[in-house]
Amino acid sequence: MSLLEIQDLHAGYGVMSILNGVNLTMEAARIGVIVGPNGAGKSTMLKAIFGMLNITEGFIRFDGKDITGINSEQLAKHRIAFVPQEHNVFPTLSVHENLEMGAYIRRDDFSRVMDHVYEIFPPLKDKRKQPAGELSGGQRQMVAFGRALMIEPKLILLDEPTAGLSPMFMSQIFDRVIAINQTGVTVVMVEQNAKQALAIAHKGFVLAGGRNSYTDTGQNLLNNPEVAASFLGG
Amino acid sequence: MNEVVFFINKGVTAGLIIGSIYALGAIGVTMIFGILRFAHFAHGDMMTLGAFMTLILTAALASLGIVWPVPLAFIAMFPAMAITAFLAIGIDRAFYRPLRMAGARPVVIVMASVGVTLMLQGLIRLFAGVRGRDMFLEAPKEIFRIPFPGASRPVIITEPQVLLIAFTIVAVVALHWFLTRSRLGKAMRAVSDNPELAQITGINTNHVVWATWIIGGALACAAGTLLSMDVTLKPDLSFNILLPIFAATIVGGIGQPYGAIAGGFLVGFCETLAVFNWSILLRPIQHHLWFELPASMALVPTQYKLMVPFLILIIVLIYRPTGIFKGRVLA
Amino acid sequence: MSEQTAPSIMRDVVLFAGLAVLVAIIFASQGTVYSLRMMVEAGCYAIIALGLTIQWGYAGLFNVGVMGFIAAGAASSMLISFPQNPEFWNSAGPTLVGLFIVKLIGSGIAIWAASRSDHWGVGPKLRALLIAVAIAASYLVLSAHMDEMAREIEDASGWMGGLGLPVMVGWLVAGAVAGVIAWFVGKICLGLRADYLAIATLGIAQIIKHFLKNADWLTRGTLTVSPMPWPVQTPADGEFIMARASYLTVVAITMVIIYLLLQRAYHAPWGRMMRAIRDNENAAEAMGKDVNRRRLEIFVLGCILMGFGGAILIHFASIYDPSGFLDLNHTFLVWVMVILGGSGNNRGAIFGALFVYIIWVMSEPMAAWLFSLIGTYGQAWFGWEPPSDLASRALQMRVFVIGLTITLVLRFAPQGFLPEQKARF
Repeated sequence: MSLLEIQDLHAGYGVMSILNGVNLTMEAARIGVIVGPNGAGKSTMLKAIFGMLNITEGFIRFDGKDITGINSEQLAKHRIAFVPQEHNVFPTLSVHENLEMGAYIRRDDFSRVMDHVYEIFPPLKDKRKQPAGELSGGQRQMVAFGRALMIEPKLILLDEPTAGLSPMFMSQIFDRVIAINQTGVTVVMVEQNAKQALAIAHKGFVLAGGRNSYTDTGQNLLNNPEVAASFLGG
Repeated sequence: MNEVVFFINKGVTAGLIIGSIYALGAIGVTMIFGILRFAHFAHGDMMTLGAFMTLILTAALASLGIVWPVPLAFIAMFPAMAITAFLAIGIDRAFYRPLRMAGARPVVIVMASVGVTLMLQGLIRLFAGVRGRDMFLEAPKEIFRIPFPGASRPVIITEPQVLLIAFTIVAVVALHWFLTRSRLGKAMRAVSDNPELAQITGINTNHVVWATWIIGGALACAAGTLLSMDVTLKPDLSFNILLPIFAATIVGGIGQPYGAIAGGFLVGFCETLAVFNWSILLRPIQHHLWFELPASMALVPTQYKLMVPFLILIIVLIYRPTGIFKGRVLA
Repeated sequence: MSEQTAPSIMRDVVLFAGLAVLVAIIFASQGTVYSLRMMVEAGCYAIIALGLTIQWGYAGLFNVGVMGFIAAGAASSMLISFPQNPEFWNSAGPTLVGLFIVKLIGSGIAIWAASRSDHWGVGPKLRALLIAVAIAASYLVLSAHMDEMAREIEDASGWMGGLGLPVMVGWLVAGAVAGVIAWFVGKICLGLRADYLAIATLGIAQIIKHFLKNADWLTRGTLTVSPMPWPVQTPADGEFIMARASYLTVVAITMVIIYLLLQRAYHAPWGRMMRAIRDNENAAEAMGKDVNRRRLEIFVLGCILMGFGGAILIHFASIYDPSGFLDLNHTFLVWVMVILGGSGNNRGAIFGALFVYIIWVMSEPMAAWLFSLIGTYGQAWFGWEPPSDLASRALQMRVFVIGLTITLVLRFAPQGFLPEQKARF
């Protein structure tokens, strides 16, 4: 059975409709990548899953339960985490406090998870007392990631995790995505760096005009000449 | 040495006292500003409201014939703080929350808070009249005279002043502990930092809003009570106290409780020292000066005291709108 | 008005007809002299409310200092139009005032130059120091001069007196002075978030009032100035009804002219741009509109109207008393007029001003009556001893009602009686 199932989703801001019937299914412990031109509704898609805008039609199912339009606290309890593209850390809180906030809904002992996050992102351990706002872009991205991992998510949504990062950091982030996925976490990410992202994807979705244009494995999409011509810059 | 004693009594003590009041008020305003994102114009009248709650409870205690080593008003202040905090949450639910939920612009909520301040003003004066009232119902306030070496006059400090300074220190330490150690305190800082991310993270915004009003309301009550104990309970404080508190908030940087404390003392001391009569301090060195000392030499005449916080505010807005500490302008 | 739909015209007609009936009832029951006074004051409030409604309704600016602009306007107009004080002109006073103005301009230049010193290659630290020194030095020089000037003038002639110019000149200057103050406040605050303008206007209003109350040399302070000259014959040399009716005519004509000009501006490109900015600041900015400049224009314009309307109001009262400027009557009452009438709608502001002012005036005797009733029956039935200041407390009830009205309108009827006509463009 699929972990995440989205059917015929229509959503937008106010009266402006951006998604016009998108379908997406993800199996557990896979990496899914959403690519497409600007304004195709990629980020909107993630925000819609995360209940941040009006859904006018369609439904979202997670683990067999309907989660269409529920609030973010409930989503966190379903162990779905979201990492926004920008403004994704609490700048005056220390790295450690950022991670603690990630575990806000947990009332149990989460020190083991915290250790695990520091293991995945060693640079954070040295800076744990430093305000997150003072870190470099790449390190902030790590904090944002780590924060999302604190609820031990089953599904993690990443909005352009490599935007604005240097190529070196980019491949580091993709390595982490693979590592996180290997612990059994399903990842759905939106990416501008489509080629690199599709290379690590089990499944790729090409959106255009708020609809699916192609859905296939990452590798097949990369090899598909039509996709390459129209969406991957040749 | 009498000059030094005069300076301590009229400059240092007075600055500390009014600075503490401003700081206690500004902590609440800055947290409301940081978390709910609007300037709370009803804060001054919330202070008065709290002081009246204390007065009512003090009268009740006094009528029971209770005697205590500390002034009754100080004892009554703690339950009054709880009541004021509760009322603050009620006001939020009745007047601000519906607008917030409807997605009103922050400035509309600012206006609602102006409406609330008028309602509070009207109610307080309707029931209590406009005259000043003494908070010391059971006994006159105690005055400590501390001899100062080499001076014939003592350093004077009154009991409510000691209580005020002690309370401010305890409140600041407790607040620091709360904001840096407790889960809810950290969540408050998180919401103040980035409300959208806080929501994504699953932080319960309602709890954070309640905590904000509890802290803001309780500290407003304490500030109002302690100010009234130091002088008298004046029901017409409102805008006159609001302006310096806003100045302290903006000087300290919005959403920054420590900045608000520093800002409160800064504004308090500036105000006190601006109206301080420097000529008394300079008198012993008159023979070194090239000019005749006037009888009164204050930077600002007392009737223009309100100019001081306003000028501080304006200068900060022109040159450092994010506050003099590490702050930010909320967009 | 071609964009208007039929039901909204009906609404205008019904509301204004209702208002006319209300006014007629008051004329019949309270007498012409009293009612004329009320109508003149309501008309002045309408001018002030027009100033506020363009700030709030067109541009979303929250001005909590209406009282300050009214006070500044009234004081300026008084100084322009009140007869000259010969004792002052024969003393050293004029020289001192002239010197003060020179020093004021000099200080302004010094502070401005210090602020701009970074353009001439001065580092940020030195610039901060220069600014601080310039401000401190200006303050010391000006306050010392002002102390001396105040003392001299008060000793020699009591106060400065006016210039004896025509009243209309006074009114125009009133608008200009309010506009200049608004320019400074707006220049500082309009680039920042909206709350800051509210805080700053609140502050400037308190300070203007404090200054006017204490500046005996300039305005006689709390000693008050009367009689304020009128542009038409005053009741002193004629009969009440004629005098007040002529004053009402002047106010009404002025109000209508201002209304027509504002309507034109609203439908002109300038007004469309203002609304575009208010409704979507980011989009307007993206289109290359200088948002802050536009806001400054409208803030200044609104405050000019407040100063102007305030001057007309105080001249009519015939006595200039700085203690009489109250936040409640001169700021918050105007706010209620604007949001109840319908913010962003000029007819709404006029309707709101007239309607609310009538209710306001009528509520005073009613509240007093109600409270004395409560006092009497409280005593008779429950043996309750009413406090001696019951009458003054009754007035506080109105403070509460104003506050309640603001909160209720914001929550339940944010559009007001006459909602803004959303013109398509």
